[in-house]
Amino acid sequence: MVSEHSRDRLDRRKVVAQLLAERGDALVVSGLGSSTYDVHAAGDVDANYYLWGAMGGAALVGLGIALAQPSKRLLVITGDGEQLMALGGLATIAVARPKNLDIIVLDNESFGETGMQASHTASGVDLAAVAAAAGFAATGIASTIDDVARLASELQQHGEGPRLFVIKLKADSPPRSMPNRDAVFVKNRFRSYLGLGPC
Amino acid sequence: MERDQVIDSWPYRAHRALRAAEVRHVSYVPDAGHATLIDLCISDPSVATTVLTTEEEGVAISTGAWLGGMRSVILMQSSGVGNCINMLSLPVQTRSPLLMLVTMRGEWDEFNPWQVPMGQATPAALEAIGVTVVRAEAEDEIVASIAQATTMAFEADQQIAVLIGQRAIGAKTW
Repeated sequence: MVSEHSRDRLDRRKVVAQLLAERGDALVVSGLGSSTYDVHAAGDVDANYYLWGAMGGAALVGLGIALAQPSKRLLVITGDGEQLMALGGLATIAVARPKNLDIIVLDNESFGETGMQASHTASGVDLAAVAAAAGFAATGIASTIDDVARLASELQQHGEGPRLFVIKLKADSPPRSMPNRDAVFVKNRFRSYLGLGPC
Repeated sequence: MERDQVIDSWPYRAHRALRAAEVRHVSYVPDAGHATLIDLCISDPSVATTVLTTEEEGVAISTGAWLGGMRSVILMQSSGVGNCINMLSLPVQTRSPLLMLVTMRGEWDEFNPWQVPMGQATPAALEAIGVTVVRAEAEDEIVASIAQATTMAFEADQQIAVLIGQRAIGAKTW
């Protein structure tokens, strides 16, 4: 179902496909729910790490990888609900100040997995402003396809510190595109991509 | 204390044990019982440190660090264990190394009743989510417990919490 207010908003699958088409050698972590399906739908590659749970953990898993792999760009793609659970994590990331960590918040202003209940961003909570206030090096809100094109280009270079961009989306639920749910398999596949052994 | 006594105290020896185990990252919510070890890690150029707003962040960071090939340890007080529970499904389900060093409150000579419920619940809460609990009840058990836990975590892919007993480190004094 598409709510009235979001009729002209961006399509999440197209946005994620556009961002990832220009990912280069970036590592990608996806937050649970629709973000994981969107990343998988854009192409299941070994450099993706999908979360199926651990709500609130996506950006911080990204921080851990970014600290361990400072030469790699790390792109976290997650939803507004998932990131709202980790507002404190934005402070932690801002203080840790990795230059290779970018967070993309796919903001449909809804908890999409559970029946499209309105999230806090529907009532005006501005995650980009929270990140800016915490001290992120760059933040912004994208709401048009041209904004997304500029963002995809900007993300190809390391930032001066962590960056967070909110992309305002249509509140819909495209068909699920489900990656492997075996967490050990996905872990070992990702580590193998980085040249690391399973244990 | 004399200098030799200081560098032989458990935080110094624990720091050396973490270095020997090639731990390169430590995250923490401060606790008085961890104050010396936190200072040693901050001043060690071979160890990166991350201060957290809540302990569950450290669980996610540690799992991410392992995904990227780095060994990370989390320092917290027992009250912080309760903040971690759902996030612990991440290292448990991905079977990723996890090492939490937990200084205990609410279990021995505790003056603050607010510390007691979570302190008493800490081992059961950890075991309920699938984390292995190792207890160090005496000062001379702390470092050996930590050293063996680095092997179990980083060599055997286990999720381990070392509970450093309030009896071992002494009750908080004001």
